[in-house]
Amino acid sequence: MTKPPIYGVMAEFDNPTKLVSAAREARARGYRKMDAYTPFPIEELTEALHLPKSKLPVIVLIGGILGGLTGYLMQYYVTVIYFPINIAGRPLHSWPMYIVITFELTILFAALSAVFGLLALCGLPMPYHPTFNVPRFALASRNRFFLCIEARDPLFDRKVTEEFLESLDAREVSEVAH
Amino acid sequence: MADEKQIADEGLRQTAVIAPGYTFGTVTDQIASVVLTRRTPVFWITCFAVGFALLLLFLWSLVLLLAKGVGIWGIKIPVGWGFAITNFVWWIGIGHAGTLISAILLLLNQTWRNSINRFAEAMTLFAVACAGMFPLLHMGRPWLFYWMFPYPNSMGVQPQFRSPLVWDVFAVSTYATVSLLFWFVGLLPDLATLRDRTDNRWARAIYGILAMGWRGSARHWSNHEMASLLLAGLATPLVLSVHTVVSFDFTIAIVPGWHSTFFPPYFVAGAIYSGFAMVLVLAIPLRHVYGLQGLITDKHLENSAKVMLATGLIVAYAYILETFTAWYSGNVYESAAIWHRMTGPYAVVYWCLLTCNIAAPQALWIKKVRSTPALLFVASLIVLTGMWLERYVIIVSSLAQDFLVSSWRTFQPTRWDWATYVGTIGLFTFLFFIFIRLLPMISIFEVRTLLPQAKVEEEAP
Repeated sequence: MTKPPIYGVMAEFDNPTKLVSAAREARARGYRKMDAYTPFPIEELTEALHLPKSKLPVIVLIGGILGGLTGYLMQYYVTVIYFPINIAGRPLHSWPMYIVITFELTILFAALSAVFGLLALCGLPMPYHPTFNVPRFALASRNRFFLCIEARDPLFDRKVTEEFLESLDAREVSEVAH
Repeated sequence: MADEKQIADEGLRQTAVIAPGYTFGTVTDQIASVVLTRRTPVFWITCFAVGFALLLLFLWSLVLLLAKGVGIWGIKIPVGWGFAITNFVWWIGIGHAGTLISAILLLLNQTWRNSINRFAEAMTLFAVACAGMFPLLHMGRPWLFYWMFPYPNSMGVQPQFRSPLVWDVFAVSTYATVSLLFWFVGLLPDLATLRDRTDNRWARAIYGILAMGWRGSARHWSNHEMASLLLAGLATPLVLSVHTVVSFDFTIAIVPGWHSTFFPPYFVAGAIYSGFAMVLVLAIPLRHVYGLQGLITDKHLENSAKVMLATGLIVAYAYILETFTAWYSGNVYESAAIWHRMTGPYAVVYWCLLTCNIAAPQALWIKKVRSTPALLFVASLIVLTGMWLERYVIIVSSLAQDFLVSSWRTFQPTRWDWATYVGTIGLFTFLFFIFIRLLPMISIFEVRTLLPQAKVEEEAP
C-alpha cells in the first residue's frame, strides 16, 4: 500500500460543543480513522469517537501485584534464608513486620507502571507528529478544538472530506502534511 | 426563559471557584505569562535572594558537618535525635497537604483544588527534599546512605526489616518518587502549552523535550484521566501510610511519652494541619503579587482555613488524650513523662505549643478571620511554629527524661543546629521560587475544565 500524499484533513472549532457534534456527525458519515485534539479532557469525546476503554488499570494492577510480591519475597529471602538472625528464639518468618515494606513497594511499582503505562499507551515520547505541521495547531493547547480525519480512512477523499468538514461550522479547515 | 438563564447564571457565580469572565485563552495567558514574561517581579527577586542566602548558610553548615561530624550539633546521649529528627518530621508533615490536595480531594471530586494543586504538589516535593536531608545528615556518614537499602554486598549484612527506621526509608523514598511522578503527569499538558506559547527557541526546545510530544489527542486525554485517577488512588493510602510509619519510629520504641497507639492518626492530622498552613503561607503572597485573585479566590483560602481548623481540633483532641492516657494508664513513667513536659525544663516550649496549636487557631471559627488574607497568613505562621514545637517537645522532652534519673540530661541546640534548620528553609524557598519562575504554578488545563464554557451542551432531544 502506498503512503497517502497527506496525513489528513483538520478542522478547527471554537468550542467543545461544536467539536463533539462534529465528531458524532463524522462518525455517522462512516469515518473511523480520526482523532480530536483539545486543550483539556472532554468526556463526551470518548463516546463520540468510540474510543476503546483505557488499558491502564490492568497494567497498574499487574505492576502493583509484582511490587507486593517483590517486597514480601525480598524480605522473606533476606530474613529467613540469606541473613537469619535469631533474636530470643523469635520466628524468622515474622510476616506482620513485612507488611509496611510490602505495602510501600506495591504502591511504588503500581505508580511507576501507571506513569510508564501512560507514556506507552500514548506513544510518548514522540518528537515528531504530522499535526504539528498545521500552524494554527499550537492553539490546541490554548483555546481551540481540532478534529482530524486521517488519509488512511477508507472513505477519505481529499476534496469530499474537506467539504464535509467545512459544512460542520468549522472555523477553518486545513490539510495536514506528513 | 431569560429569567431562568439569569437565575442559573447567578447560581453558577455563587458556587464558582474561579471568578467570572475568564475564557480558555485568558486563563492560559494569565498563568503562562508568569513564566513566559521577561520581567521578573521584585518580590520574586527578593524571596529568591533570601532563599539563596539561606541555602548558602545550609551549605556552609553542611561542609562543617562533613568535616567535623555530628558533634557540631547539640545532640548528646540520651537526646540523640535533637533538631535533626524534629525538622525531619516537621518538613515531611508539611509535604502531606500537597498530596492531600492533589490526590484525596481529586477522588472526592472537590473541583476547587484545581487551582491550588500544582504549587501544593511542588511544595510537597521540596518539603520532602528538605525532610530527607536530616536523617541523611544525622547518619554521620551520609555518603554511605546506600547501606540502608538491601543489596548484595561483601560485608555479608542486610538491613533489619523488623525496624521502623528501615520502614521509614522505604516509605519516604516511595513517597518522594510517587509525588514526583504525579506532579510530572499533571505537568505534561501544561508543558505542551508552554512549548506552544513561548517565542524563545531555547525555551521551546526545553519545554518541548519535557512535554514529550503531547498533543492533546482524545486518546491521550482518556489515558491521562485514567492515570491521574489511579495515581490519586495510590497516593491516598500512601500519604496516610507515610506519617503513620514516621510515627512508628516513636511508638515502637518503649520510651515513655512515645509508646502509645494513637500516634499514627495524631501524626497524620498534625501533618495535614501544618501542610495547609504552609499552603496558605505560600498562596496568600503569591496570588497578591501575581494578581491571581481570580483563580486562587477567597473561597480557596477559606476552605483551606476550614481544613486547618478541623485538623487542628483533632490535634487538640490528641493532646488531651495524651494527658488522659498517661494518667489513666497508672504507669508511673508515662505520667512522669507528661508531668515533666508540663513542669520540667521544657515547660515553656510545651505551653507555647499548646497556645500556638490549640488556642490561636480557634480564631478561624470567625468568618471575618477566614476571609481576611493577612490574618490567615499570621494564623498559618503560628500553626507552623506550633507544629515545629510539638515535634521538638515529643522528641526532646521524652528522650531527656526517661526511666533512670541518673541518665537524665537536657538538650541545648547549638548555632549549627539552627543554621541547618534555617538553611533548609532556604533550600525550600530557593527551589520553590525557581519552580514559580520556570513552570506554571497553577494547573492550566485543570482550570480550563472549571470554566462554564468547558461544558458540552447537549441539544434538546
